[in-house]
Amino acid sequence: MKLITAVIKPFKLDDVREALADIGVSGITVIEVKGFGRQKGHTELYRGAEYVVDFLPKIKVEIAVDDALVEKVIEAISGASRTGKIGDGKIFVFDLQQVIRIRTGETGPDAL
Amino acid sequence: MRYVTTRRGLIAALGGLLTLIPLLAFADQATPKLDSGDTAWMITATALVLFMTVPGLSLFYGGMVRSKNVLSVLMQCFAITSMVSILWAVYGYALAFTDGGSFQSWIGGVGKVFMKGVGVNAVSGTIPETVFMTFQMTFAIITPALIVGAFAERMKFSALMWFMGLWLSVVYVPIAHWVWGGGWLGSLGVLDFAGGTVVHINAGVAGLIAALVLGKRNGYPTTAMPPHNLTLTVMGAGMLWVGWFGFNAGSELKADGVAGMAQAVTQIATAAAALGWMFSEWIAHGKPSVLGIASGAVAGLVAITPASGTAGPMGAIAIGVAAGVLCFLAAAKLKPMLGYDDSLDVFGVHAIGGIVGAMLTGVFADAALGGIGLEQGVTMGQQVVKQLIGVASTFAYTAVMSLIILKILDWTIGLRVADDQETEGLDLALHDERGYIL
Repeated sequence: MKLITAVIKPFKLDDVREALADIGVSGITVIEVKGFGRQKGHTELYRGAEYVVDFLPKIKVEIAVDDALVEKVIEAISGASRTGKIGDGKIFVFDLQQVIRIRTGETGPDAL
Repeated sequence: MRYVTTRRGLIAALGGLLTLIPLLAFADQATPKLDSGDTAWMITATALVLFMTVPGLSLFYGGMVRSKNVLSVLMQCFAITSMVSILWAVYGYALAFTDGGSFQSWIGGVGKVFMKGVGVNAVSGTIPETVFMTFQMTFAIITPALIVGAFAERMKFSALMWFMGLWLSVVYVPIAHWVWGGGWLGSLGVLDFAGGTVVHINAGVAGLIAALVLGKRNGYPTTAMPPHNLTLTVMGAGMLWVGWFGFNAGSELKADGVAGMAQAVTQIATAAAALGWMFSEWIAHGKPSVLGIASGAVAGLVAITPASGTAGPMGAIAIGVAAGVLCFLAAAKLKPMLGYDDSLDVFGVHAIGGIVGAMLTGVFADAALGGIGLEQGVTMGQQVVKQLIGVASTFAYTAVMSLIILKILDWTIGLRVADDQETEGLDLALHDERGYIL
């Protein structure tokens, strides 16, 4: 099992969700985050006081998947969230040790 | 008793009665008559001016501070409103607006302390005296509330209450008396229709002194401290604009042509100043901002205040543009250059705007420039000198007295919150409350 984490541009969330649903992934966790890689921030101005805002709002999505689906999920997320401009984000893949469905107590791939 | 029975006697008696008729006219002048139109307007104007403080100024300032301090600003404005209302009714009104006998040039008397004699039927001009008193109370409320912006986000609440109570008593009340209560500035012929000196220069300079005495906020100017909610600020600015009709047009104390013109010039000058600040910022920084246009409007409101009873519509445009441009420069250029942390630009908008307005009042009162006309025998130059005296004396008195009060409070109870309280935010540290539980 793998935990796939992707940091994407916020306006791409709906596209990513749809693309994942198309390949049969229905569970997803979404977190609002701030960050930057190579994308520059912006300046704000209040009565002559200028501030540079480095941190940009991003969305992090987390999906727990069976090993067999990993490549398809990466392709789906990449395709849906890519704009071609700096700041598109990154995808991280982690080994997932255990998964438990709380309602039924199922474990492992059955709980995905 | 002997009755007049002869014909000659009757004619003489009738003639005698006829001579009394002119006295009826004098009787009207001797006992002022209540005018219901004036009274209705002034009761309304009073409400409008209170609206300027709660909620107007409260929201204007509240939106400009960081979210962890929003309640502290609202609390300060509300508490000042409450405290000043009482102090004014008990002694402020009397000392500002009654005859001080041999001290009349400097301060009023104590005859109306505790509202003695100001009952249901007391009349002031053509309105009930209670209405006049409450109208003036709303001015006494907003003036100290304006100062709050200068030391926002770092002042102790207890120290604030002491400062405002003392400041009202020894700074606002005397200056109000000097200009409006029969004191030396009014007698000198200084023109200040609705409070350019009494309210704005007064509060603005006191604000600068307070900002300097309390010192900069921790992290200023390198830490970003942008306004947390400009939607509140713009709402507040709108409320100030609307309420200001009560402030300026109400200062005529009557519902007449002067009040109508006061409203007109208020609107025109404010609009001109809003555009003045907006275009100045557009040129200077490349984009117009909503904080800029709202601040410009307030600057215009401030500047037209002393001139609202004497300037004409075209003069109002000039006053507005001057205020918009100069206050923009004061807030956006002068302040960062000199480095003081007048957090919400109380000096930049109210002192500078007030000075611009007070000086230009002398210019645009001239009938040749569309004004109501200068006093008989007074030239524009002479009027401008009188204005300068008004400005300078207000500036000096409030600066010195504010400094003394602040220093005494600093030595006794301390003015500023502790560093960790400032970091945590005043709402939690001083009030155990959060403005937003989202």
